[in-house]
Amino acid sequence: MSDTDTDTEIDKNDNDSRKSVRRVTGTGVPLRGDDIDTDQIVPARFLKEVTFENMGNYAFYDARRDDDGELNDHPFNVYNGNILVVNDNFGCGSSREHAPQALMRWGIEGIIGESFAEIFADNCSSLGIPTVTADHETVDEIQSTVEDDPETPIEIRIQDETVTVGDETVDVGIEPSLKEALLEGIWDTTALMKSNLDEVRETYEELPYTSNFD
Amino acid sequence: MSERTLYDKVWDRHEVRQLPTGQSQLFVGLHLIHEVTSPQAFGMLEERDLEVAFPDRTYATTDHIVPTKDRSRPFEDEQAEVMLQELEKNTQKYDIEFFDLDSGHQGIVHVVGPEMGLTQPGMTIACGDSHTSTHGAFGSIGMGVGTSQIRDIFATGCIAAEKQDVRRIQVEGSLSEGVYAKDLILRIIDELGVEGGIGYVYEYGGPAIDELDMDGRMSICNMSIEGGARAGYVNPDETTFEYIKGREYAPDDENWDDAVEYWESIRSDEDAEYDDYVEFDADELEPMVTWGITPGQVVGISENTPSLDELPEGDRETAEKAYDHMQLEPGQSMEGVDVDVAFLGSCTNARLSDLREAAEVLEGHEVDPDVKALAVPGSQGVKRRAEEEGIADVFREAGFEWRGAGCSMCLGMNNDQLQGDQLCVSSSNRNYIGRMGSKEGRTVLMSPAMVAAAAVEGEITDVRRMI
Repeated sequence: MSDTDTDTEIDKNDNDSRKSVRRVTGTGVPLRGDDIDTDQIVPARFLKEVTFENMGNYAFYDARRDDDGELNDHPFNVYNGNILVVNDNFGCGSSREHAPQALMRWGIEGIIGESFAEIFADNCSSLGIPTVTADHETVDEIQSTVEDDPETPIEIRIQDETVTVGDETVDVGIEPSLKEALLEGIWDTTALMKSNLDEVRETYEELPYTSNFD
Repeated sequence: MSERTLYDKVWDRHEVRQLPTGQSQLFVGLHLIHEVTSPQAFGMLEERDLEVAFPDRTYATTDHIVPTKDRSRPFEDEQAEVMLQELEKNTQKYDIEFFDLDSGHQGIVHVVGPEMGLTQPGMTIACGDSHTSTHGAFGSIGMGVGTSQIRDIFATGCIAAEKQDVRRIQVEGSLSEGVYAKDLILRIIDELGVEGGIGYVYEYGGPAIDELDMDGRMSICNMSIEGGARAGYVNPDETTFEYIKGREYAPDDENWDDAVEYWESIRSDEDAEYDDYVEFDADELEPMVTWGITPGQVVGISENTPSLDELPEGDRETAEKAYDHMQLEPGQSMEGVDVDVAFLGSCTNARLSDLREAAEVLEGHEVDPDVKALAVPGSQGVKRRAEEEGIADVFREAGFEWRGAGCSMCLGMNNDQLQGDQLCVSSSNRNYIGRMGSKEGRTVLMSPAMVAAAAVEGEITDVRRMI
């Protein structure tokens, strides 16, 4: 089902695993609705674990269940895809990385949406998950196509900034910095920024408040 | 692109260099951590055998999982106990100052930072919590971050970030009696939308903002994130300086003038250029209450909830879902809606002035016998002062439970949770489904004074009639 095209082992300095993400292929999960917040993606009571290991089990935990605890017809119960298709302001609310971690560990490898809350998009970027944007009509059409035939192949191409759904290819938006980070495999920024640590120290020294203005 | 705003100036001073992605490597001048989003980041550090680069710029407290009733150790909730132990272990190992339960300074991270004088103008401040925007009230750039970014800050003192546009939100006029900063920010989110701030940082200014005390400014900046903005700030002024002076981590007398000089230098210039400009009028504002399941679904207390027809087409589906969940009807008044729980707390409104405003309303009244009412101070410091001032007694006598400091019911990560479909009037920041610990639970956001009024009446009511 899933086939994320990546080049691994570009650089293993600092125990930092870098890999470029050029495209994500697979099938879709249409999740309709605006303003789906991170409390819905992972309810707060599941944040009491000191690792992200089990987060996949908690993705949309409450939304997926009826009042009696039975699984309902939530898209996460119905579809097996690895590309999430969402509407406006997805991932708003809490900054918890638990949310994208839950989606990733559930099996989501790319997200197409009308718009994303910024911290959520940043968190996805830190995990190498592309978040690409399209207008309402385009997203709605992709959702309908997947609803009609869940096996419809979907491909997100980062370099071309396109999404292909079945035979149809549409242009999508992707933040230039995210595009660069994914293609170059530098979405995990720790090693990259650590290599500038001398300059960081200079900045630190120059800021008057770091010495409490002494 | 904005020019010579506080945001531009602070950004420039903290930008280490451009990254190949086009993002900036931005130095984080103050890193606040708590128990929920840090253990995974410490885990990543260990995996990579990295150190904390600037422990002296890092401070910890504990808030989300802390019980507000029985705080004896070990906690009854084993998972909560483990989270706290992880933080104790990590802060010790990496030599990070920790305002723990016995310190007298523990509390909600966004209440503690300002209260200790750690939060100062012209800083970049990050924390693994979206309400880090609160610190913008001091003229700093406060950014909520995820756990991978916390790892970045630990290891490098920096985050990779993209510069945003700046929207000036000019608030003319003056708030009338019974109308507070909370009402203003709810009105702003109502007008600009919950995603209206995407791509922006909000600069709040104008006479009504100048008049606010620091607590009020913090409430406004706190909820910038609810409007989709990455951060919100107010230019520092005498009110700001006065608040900071004498606090534990504030610059001391000898260095005070240098500090003020820096703080004044980073203010937005008179002729600063903004990417967008919107104006509000505080004179016309009335108490606001939410009726739905996002902070943007809000009406004035004298208004009726919107009919589906009058909403833009794109908002109708969420509105229908909201009415269904909240057990409310389009076109009804929020006044008179029955209340089960009253919650005074959270990083939005659990500071001393919030408690004072609520106590003023409660004085001489009793909470309706059918309402469970909780007052949860934002920090041990706030709690202490409220007790010294006699506010705590007002709450207790009125029938409020007077609790220990923490996030409490705002996100239901401790024992304070809604049961079933209880309706809670809350001074917190989010009314999302399931937010307060029950997926059927219903949250109505409002100012602390409005929460107090609703607790007394047993139904949502216009506080202006009670003061």
